[in-house]
Amino acid sequence: MPGFGLTFGFTLSWLGLIVLIPLATILLKAAGMGWQEFVAVGLSPRAIASYRLSFGTAAAAGLVNAVLGLLVAWVLVRYRFPGKRVVSALVDLPFALPTAVAGIALTALYAPNGWIGQFLEPIGIKVAFTPIGIIIALIFVGLPFVVRSVEPVLADLGRDVEEAAATLGASRFQTFNRVIMPAIGPALLTGFALAFARGVGEYGSVIFISGNMPGRTEIAPLLIVTQLEQYDFNGATAIAVVMMLVSFTILLLINGIQAASRRRMGI
Amino acid sequence: MIRCNAITKRFGSFAALHGIDLHVRQGEFIALLGPSGSGKTTLLRIIAGLEFQDSGQVLFADEDVSKRNVADRHVGFVFQNYALFRHMNVAHNVAFGLSVRKGRDKPSRAAINERAEELLRLVQLEGLGARYPSQLSGGQRQRVALARALAIEPKLLLLDEPFGALDAKVRKDLRRWLRDLHKAMGLTSIFVTHDQEEALELADRVVVMNEGRIEQIGTPEEIYMNPATPFVSHFVGETNRVGQGGEELHFRPHDTALVSQGGEAVLVDNVFRKGGVWRIEGILQTQQILVEIDLDAASTPPSLGEIIQIRPRQFRSFNQAGAQIKGEPQ
Repeated sequence: MPGFGLTFGFTLSWLGLIVLIPLATILLKAAGMGWQEFVAVGLSPRAIASYRLSFGTAAAAGLVNAVLGLLVAWVLVRYRFPGKRVVSALVDLPFALPTAVAGIALTALYAPNGWIGQFLEPIGIKVAFTPIGIIIALIFVGLPFVVRSVEPVLADLGRDVEEAAATLGASRFQTFNRVIMPAIGPALLTGFALAFARGVGEYGSVIFISGNMPGRTEIAPLLIVTQLEQYDFNGATAIAVVMMLVSFTILLLINGIQAASRRRMGI
Repeated sequence: MIRCNAITKRFGSFAALHGIDLHVRQGEFIALLGPSGSGKTTLLRIIAGLEFQDSGQVLFADEDVSKRNVADRHVGFVFQNYALFRHMNVAHNVAFGLSVRKGRDKPSRAAINERAEELLRLVQLEGLGARYPSQLSGGQRQRVALARALAIEPKLLLLDEPFGALDAKVRKDLRRWLRDLHKAMGLTSIFVTHDQEEALELADRVVVMNEGRIEQIGTPEEIYMNPATPFVSHFVGETNRVGQGGEELHFRPHDTALVSQGGEAVLVDNVFRKGGVWRIEGILQTQQILVEIDLDAASTPPSLGEIIQIRPRQFRSFNQAGAQIKGEPQ
């Protein structure tokens, strides 16, 4: 292929400069620590609770976004309605909004005396200052990823394949299950992966609504900031390395699934 | 076998069909021919159950199916761009209609595979079952779409611009092949086309549509030789139209003769060989409009700039309301 050497070389240098070198610095810093010290901070009960919370809430929010984001994408692609452009722009708003603003707004809504929280409180549902609140914040910041990943694939799929399935006697459920889902599956997975990754690294919107109780509602990124505020750079680095390795493993896994399903489609 | 009674359909403020009556007999091959926006695809989709009429009925063998949805009408439908399932291989595409059946109606896996193989043989794609649609040519995709539609053993086959996306050579081969298949399987088929040549070549009867109405229904011979309206005369085959005292005179290029005197004067503007004839493009001197004339290829064509005298051997004339008037050539 002509130009491969040049473009590939450029790609590698650029990725190196933007992604690899900063990450390598973290690893290098961590390597400077003793193993004992690394485990003591990076795998302390408090840190492990925060990983579980961060990855768990990010996965939950990613799943919710996969379902609801698909629905939003569906409506945006398949129907024409007044104000469609406005709705479409609203979907992107979580990208643009400073996440702290989102966090403050969500906390105000879901706090026990907030607009929504005051109705949930009497029936025993606590949102603010619990993992549920974290999940809601992560759903908010992750929504655009799923919508924007699925939308073009859905538009490309066209209505005629659905109609073809119907003429062949398929029910609505069979059409969705056997025709639509396999076609948009890889894009949906991409959207989920992006929303999930964003959720794992999210900080600004979560710290207001989570309450930040160590071991219960303290997310890993916050724990890192806490370490930094105490000038414990080694501790912060250890936690960062663990997060990085777990995230990388999960994203690699998702990429593998995607590659397999793309191969199946003969693309 | 298929009957449409007074079908009307509106899309918002656009009236797509105004009272369509159509009767299709068992075993017929019918072409719905018209320009885009004439309502031909809408009519096809209403017959299939992919669209529902605002009023009127669709009957299959005297049974009113107007309210039945597409999955229950049991018709084979071939879409314009094939609408193949991209994530399934060819065999799974073809077998889809059988594999979505439920309960006792669902054949065994082995029976489904066997039937898919059989259909692929029928459409001459034997051995390509493991390929994906993206690995096939346009003509092959079209045949997969056809095999998939035939898998449910429909009595009625509906095709929306079946050859629209193919190049000329493939199109011609596929046409003849489809015609044979229709006969061999004893199908009743309706296809939509905007290509008059395709309609005249393939169909037992042609339904010419314009602006949501049927202009004429007839055999290709009737449609070509005896067009009922100015629209049909103009849309099917090539026609010269000359206005004359409130009437419109229509005559075909090949129905025009050169005469030595007493004809209409035409200034020769362009001469070229068109298939087996000489095509003369000239300006009718009395009205300054373009007319086209075909002359025998064995004759010596007139030269550019020459004034020739022409006289239609056959013509039709229509009054302003579009009704035909009998008359003698002048």
